[in-house]
Amino acid sequence: MAVCIAVIAKENYPLYIRSVPTENELKFHYTVHTSLDVVDEKISAMGKALVDQRELYLGLLYPTEDYKVYGYVTNSKVKFVMVVDSSNTALRDNEIRSMFRKLHNSYTDIMCNPFYNPGDRIHSRAFDNTVTSMMMQVC
Amino acid sequence: MEPGSVPGSGSVPGSLLLALSEGEQRRYAELFARCCPPGAAAAAAPEAAAGSVAELLRASQLPPDTLLQITEVCGAKRVGCFGPAQFYIALKLIAAAQSGLPVRIESIKNELPLPRFMAMKNDSEIRYGNPTEPHGVKFQVPHATLEKNSYKRTDEGDKQEPKSPPMSPICSPPASPSSYQRTHLSYGYGKSRNGLEQQHGAPYEVRHSTHQQEGPASGNYGAKSTRACSTLNRSLSVEREAPDSSAHYADDPWRITEEQRDYYVNQFLSLQPDLNAFISGSVAKNFFTKSKLPIPELSHIWELSDVDCDGALTLAEFCAAFHLVVARKNGYQLPETLPETLLPDYLQAASLKPIRDCALFDSYSEPLPGSQQTRDFNRLEKTSAEEVPDNSGVIKDASKDDKQVLKTSIAIKPIPKEFQHTTVKTVAQESIALRARPRSRSYSSTSIEDAMKKGEEPPTPPPRPQKSHSRASSLDLNKIFQQNAQAARSGWLPPPPPALPPRPSVTQTEQASEVELHPQMTRPPSQAEENSSAKKEVVLAQLPSKPVRRKFRMETQALENPELSPTINVTSSLPAVKPHLPVQKQSSKQKRAIQTAIRKNKEANAVLARLNSELQQQLKEVHKERIALETQLEQLRPVTVL
Repeated sequence: MAVCIAVIAKENYPLYIRSVPTENELKFHYTVHTSLDVVDEKISAMGKALVDQRELYLGLLYPTEDYKVYGYVTNSKVKFVMVVDSSNTALRDNEIRSMFRKLHNSYTDIMCNPFYNPGDRIHSRAFDNTVTSMMMQVC
Repeated sequence: MEPGSVPGSGSVPGSLLLALSEGEQRRYAELFARCCPPGAAAAAAPEAAAGSVAELLRASQLPPDTLLQITEVCGAKRVGCFGPAQFYIALKLIAAAQSGLPVRIESIKNELPLPRFMAMKNDSEIRYGNPTEPHGVKFQVPHATLEKNSYKRTDEGDKQEPKSPPMSPICSPPASPSSYQRTHLSYGYGKSRNGLEQQHGAPYEVRHSTHQQEGPASGNYGAKSTRACSTLNRSLSVEREAPDSSAHYADDPWRITEEQRDYYVNQFLSLQPDLNAFISGSVAKNFFTKSKLPIPELSHIWELSDVDCDGALTLAEFCAAFHLVVARKNGYQLPETLPETLLPDYLQAASLKPIRDCALFDSYSEPLPGSQQTRDFNRLEKTSAEEVPDNSGVIKDASKDDKQVLKTSIAIKPIPKEFQHTTVKTVAQESIALRARPRSRSYSSTSIEDAMKKGEEPPTPPPRPQKSHSRASSLDLNKIFQQNAQAARSGWLPPPPPALPPRPSVTQTEQASEVELHPQMTRPPSQAEENSSAKKEVVLAQLPSKPVRRKFRMETQALENPELSPTINVTSSLPAVKPHLPVQKQSSKQKRAIQTAIRKNKEANAVLARLNSELQQQLKEVHKERIALETQLEQLRPVTVL
């Protein structure tokens, strides 16, 4: 269960960012922003020749005391960043992968909507629902 | 009090008389008196105080939106006050609304019970449940109401935009948005019943007015949907005449009514002629953007309606999306999830019949021959497997129309399943009849063809002897030389039999054919008529299967005549010819005759040469057969001998 989920556009500006504890939202924004450097690093490390073979799931970007940050990049350089609470040790890699896959599916559904201009902020309720299902249930 | 005086507004004498029964008249007068300010009772232009009127209206226990509608319909807003006419109309409308009829002018034409009001202060006699009294009593009130009604009508005949501003103030104090919008919607439908061209724009225009947008938007829509105007007229008229449909709409705003479905399908067709294909995202985007809804809402509508998330809308999805747009424009909040009645599965299940009807309606609207052609084509397609050969036979004999039908068949291949179902169901009997018909046609065609073929055979051989007859210079000579030929024939017959009598055995035939070859070869160049004729006879006799050759016998015999004729003619003519001018003329004539005869002989030679070549080919085939048989014999012999 994620604490914060963000969708970053190719030009590295956020399309969608949402975090569960509404306080400290700025902290999460900052975390996501810093994680983008790591993402770029991982992408460039793969090499240009391996673009096709590059796996979409980037794995753990970097851990901190309180939480871990996972990354996922689509073929169109749209990045999904997920911040997970470190105390949640039960969360395994496969689960993270499946969550990213769900996010990706929702994202493609949004892109199918002709009224959505790529590059706009995402206001889709379906996407919100998907994200909500992944977020931690905080009372 | 008697509202005899006519308010000085709109003195057009209309044709509508609002008949008030005596009881109604009394009642209304009472109420009006109560409502009027005490001092204005005797005034020239009595008007009811707005506050008391409002109280009265509220006492009628109608929903506030209905009351607002009543005030609008009776024209109080326009006039600015509740004159007697408006008051009476309002009371009538209250009665109508209380009996369940929609708030419209038509409803007050009917007999209605008296309006009922809750217990107002100082009055316990208000509640009435009297049955209506028959018409017939017409008072002066009708004049006022009449004029008001006529004024109302003319006003309705105007464009709606001037109407919209007075409506917008009404919009502001809605008690409950949803119910108000509901009546607003039905009212919008009602407003557009007057046959305006932009009727399609009517519901949108109502909304436009509330959003304070101009007509161009509706104009866009109107231009876009000119084709749908007629269907919308129809749908709206149906809507007006059947208030139950609006009730349905009110009960379940997410249920698509028949008229709406027809309208949506027509819109779909305007975007995409094939009912089974998709509307792409960009096309749909352009279309729905015209509805002037904000983009996020449109985006949400799309999310709801595009169930399979493929970026394209099927017919069911399109209907759902359109319905959501319509609902949103009429004020309904968009749901979070797609309602059941708008699910594509539900719509498709329900759409089989309406699309069928719509398709049939479209077919009716098309020119008859086209529709008949399509239907005929469908029948043909249904029975295609069996009828393909029949059709092919039919094509040969078919008229232009049928050819066109079959040509269009290739073009109209992807027919919606529903349409096919209907054609199967509705045309089953006719298809059977049609099956019988082309079969009979095919039979007739085959019979004709057989007749043609049979006709071919008999006519062709006879021309040859006729040719020979025609070639003959003179019939007399032919006759003469036929006799001579017969005589010669009789003389010729004996020599051939020992050489080449016709025998069924191959070897003998082979020998005969070998012998024949030589005479055949020599025949064309030589003028040995005897041998040639004999060989010809033998050849002809040997090949009885070729009737042509038999005819040739005649022909050759006849040919011989012209061959003989010129010579004999010359011989006969020469001794008779004397060195005179007539003799010279005769010689010239003879020369011409000889020349014609020569020409004819050459033609005959050509024909015979052809015959020769054919016979040689046959000979070769016979040779091959013989060789094959011989080899078989050799293969069989050692087996049997051993």
